[in-house]
Amino acid sequence: MAEKKTNRRDFLFTATYAVGAVGVGAVVWPMVDQMNPDASVKALASTEVDVSSVTPGKTITVLWRGKPVFIRRRTQDEIIEAKSVKMEELKHPEKDEDRAKNPEWLVMLGVCTHLGCVPLDQKGDYNGWFCPCHGSHYDISGRIRKGPAPTNMEIPEYKFVNSDTIKIG
Amino acid sequence: MKNFIKILPLLFLLIGFSKNSNSAEKVEYLKTDWSFKGLFGKFDRGALQRGYQVYTEVCASCHSMKYLSYRNLAEEGGPEFSVAEAKAIAASFEVNDGPNDDGEMFTRPGKLSDKFVMPYDNVKAAQAANGGAYPPDMSVLVKARGGGVDYIYSLLQGYEDPPAGITLDDGVYYNKYMYGNKIKMPNQLSDGLVVYADGTEASVEQMSKDVTTFLMWSAEPHLESRHKMGFKAIVYLIILTILVYFSMKRIWSRIETKV
Amino acid sequence: MSDQEYIPKSKFGKWFNDRLPLLTLANHLTDYPTPKNLNYWWTFGGILTFCLITQIVTGLVLAMHYIAHADMAFDSVEHIMRDVNYGWLIRYIHANGASMFFLAVYIHIFRSLFYGSYKAPREIIWIIGIIIYLLMMAAAFLGYVLPWGQMSFWGATVITNLFSAIPLVGEGIVTWLWGGYSVDNPTLTRFFTLHYLIPFLILGLVVLHIWALHVPGNNNPVGIDIQKPSKDTVPFHPYIVIKDGFALLMFMIVFAFFVFYTPNILGHADNYIEANPLVTPAHIVPEWYLLPFYAILRSVPDKLLGVVAMLSAILILAALPWLDTSKIRSAVFRPLYKQFYWILVADVLILGYVGAMPAEGLYLLIARIATAYYFLHFLIILPVLGFREKTMPLPLSITEPILGGSPNLVLAKDRKKFKN
Repeated sequence: MAEKKTNRRDFLFTATYAVGAVGVGAVVWPMVDQMNPDASVKALASTEVDVSSVTPGKTITVLWRGKPVFIRRRTQDEIIEAKSVKMEELKHPEKDEDRAKNPEWLVMLGVCTHLGCVPLDQKGDYNGWFCPCHGSHYDISGRIRKGPAPTNMEIPEYKFVNSDTIKIG
Repeated sequence: MKNFIKILPLLFLLIGFSKNSNSAEKVEYLKTDWSFKGLFGKFDRGALQRGYQVYTEVCASCHSMKYLSYRNLAEEGGPEFSVAEAKAIAASFEVNDGPNDDGEMFTRPGKLSDKFVMPYDNVKAAQAANGGAYPPDMSVLVKARGGGVDYIYSLLQGYEDPPAGITLDDGVYYNKYMYGNKIKMPNQLSDGLVVYADGTEASVEQMSKDVTTFLMWSAEPHLESRHKMGFKAIVYLIILTILVYFSMKRIWSRIETKV
Repeated sequence: MSDQEYIPKSKFGKWFNDRLPLLTLANHLTDYPTPKNLNYWWTFGGILTFCLITQIVTGLVLAMHYIAHADMAFDSVEHIMRDVNYGWLIRYIHANGASMFFLAVYIHIFRSLFYGSYKAPREIIWIIGIIIYLLMMAAAFLGYVLPWGQMSFWGATVITNLFSAIPLVGEGIVTWLWGGYSVDNPTLTRFFTLHYLIPFLILGLVVLHIWALHVPGNNNPVGIDIQKPSKDTVPFHPYIVIKDGFALLMFMIVFAFFVFYTPNILGHADNYIEANPLVTPAHIVPEWYLLPFYAILRSVPDKLLGVVAMLSAILILAALPWLDTSKIRSAVFRPLYKQFYWILVADVLILGYVGAMPAEGLYLLIARIATAYYFLHFLIILPVLGFREKTMPLPLSITEPILGGSPNLVLAKDRKKFKN
């Protein structure tokens, strides 16, 4: 009899605690989620860029989701250079074909993968980009060649809407 | 507990009094059954879509809706147009954008992320075009009027010839439900004014109800999730209260005192 | 208090506790002897703590999205309501939370009035409580300005103009408060800053309030001192914790109902119209919890005296421990005081009601009578009652059956003898 009573009491208390804990969790989540991107920010996820005025050898920088995106129209020499690099020389091996679907156009998030600075155009030991913050060198395909950055610069999702317009995101 | 019972009616009386006080001088509003009232209230999708049609075809030429974006039209709990439909709606509006690389402003077709296009550039322009009266922004209009949906619904149907003895200036109209009865907005609705896509007959009453429903949604876009979450929260609280009550009884049974 | 030396069991615990006695504090809070006869009116202290924390947490969250600028405040509130994840929920909790906070604090205050909790040796607890209440009113008023609706703007204008009643320097003070020649952006930004600050001041005072409470211990419905702690009290944990928790949950059900089903009923429609310095709303009414004082303000036909009356109505409470001359705490044993208590409750409710009405005709007359009675209650009735009232015999201890055929009738009549 006494044992039974203890069990029932334990069950009651355990159930109360468990149900209470669920409630606390349910209250905490909105307080956390409110810091995630809100609906108006998410709605701005894509942007369209007119690239008709970009000549070979030029880079334009556009803002997408609050970050710079480099759009470089590469020269033939640059394309050859980018494709000729051997995979074993790379810290983060990626083929240029995988990074630039249309080899003439490199569309890349202009954010150094080290700590988020914006690298400088046509600087550094590899004629690509150079990050002034901590000295990362990127090649003309935006791949990391030297310095502290761990990976190549990121390629966002994009597509050519027509020959003059790129839609990013 | 006895004292509690004594004070409770007093509190409710007080709330009741202050509510009455607001509507003391006003006429009875027209009544209709709103689908979004009550614990499980939801919007009638058809009414929201029709209401949007009335808004764009009738109200939007003067009234802005500055807190709504075209994307809202496709969001859950709203009119729930398909994304493709909402995109087409957005694209049918010319949106000012810019400056472009030449430093000039330009117009382009609307996108989902754009806010509803405003009929006037600013409040002064709106006043100038409407005989000095600013047609209020309608995004939160339902919440900004004491009578809420019933008031808007009645007002739209409340146009009458002024009773004998009341003279109206030019550009002022008589409305039974308007505060002070004088309104600068002329009667907008007449039977068959819009042609509903879903074939519903566009009577004045029907259009008033639809557009008011639409305005309720624009003022409380999360009403449906609020009702849903509220029900869950209250059921949860009741369960936990019962559990805690029995736990409390159990704990207090260790001593002879009653809780 | 029977705070015997607490020695932590673990070695580390002892080491830590010798340097910072947090464990002693925790032990004190768990074991704190609480009268076992506390009724549910005593659970509002815990409920108020919950309210304060809810307001601080939801307020912090709102401050992450709110923009304190006259051109953007209203838009940013709508942004919170529409786009921020769960923003509508958090804002409705914060807005209704203010009302729930006041509902709880009024019950808490009137509980003190009924059971004489403000009397010796608890005067300091009471006075700290009055300061907390004043700060709550300030925080609520400042917070109501932030959405920058019509009621926000005109409420701010009217309340800040109260200071212009001060002779000579009044106008200067008002301009200083505004940071301009009307309520405008500088006013909004400073109101936001102060609205953010005050809750933390309240939190500090709540710590003092509880500290001051833990020195003499709780009053109780019988209103007599605890005779034998072992017999008359229970440890705070788990007995009081679970009981407070139960009451809190009941309170939360009411709270949830407001938030989810009638979130705007306690607000005012005009506050969904953006502030417009050119048009005053037809009826300016403060939030319901300030209505009684608003009625007192309007019932005096002189600007300065009206403000003085309103302030005195609150400050008079601070003098209450000395205005009430009766040695008996609980109204249970004061048949006359009990009646006057309920008349006061009715009087305050009437003041609240007429505060919401236009200040004219019959309403104004009622407001004046009710105002006069309010002061009469504290300044005349209470001091006189203490000497004149024939109180009922007190029981020997709180575990003793209340009244009944207590053999100590004679003893109990004379409180001095009884105490010895």
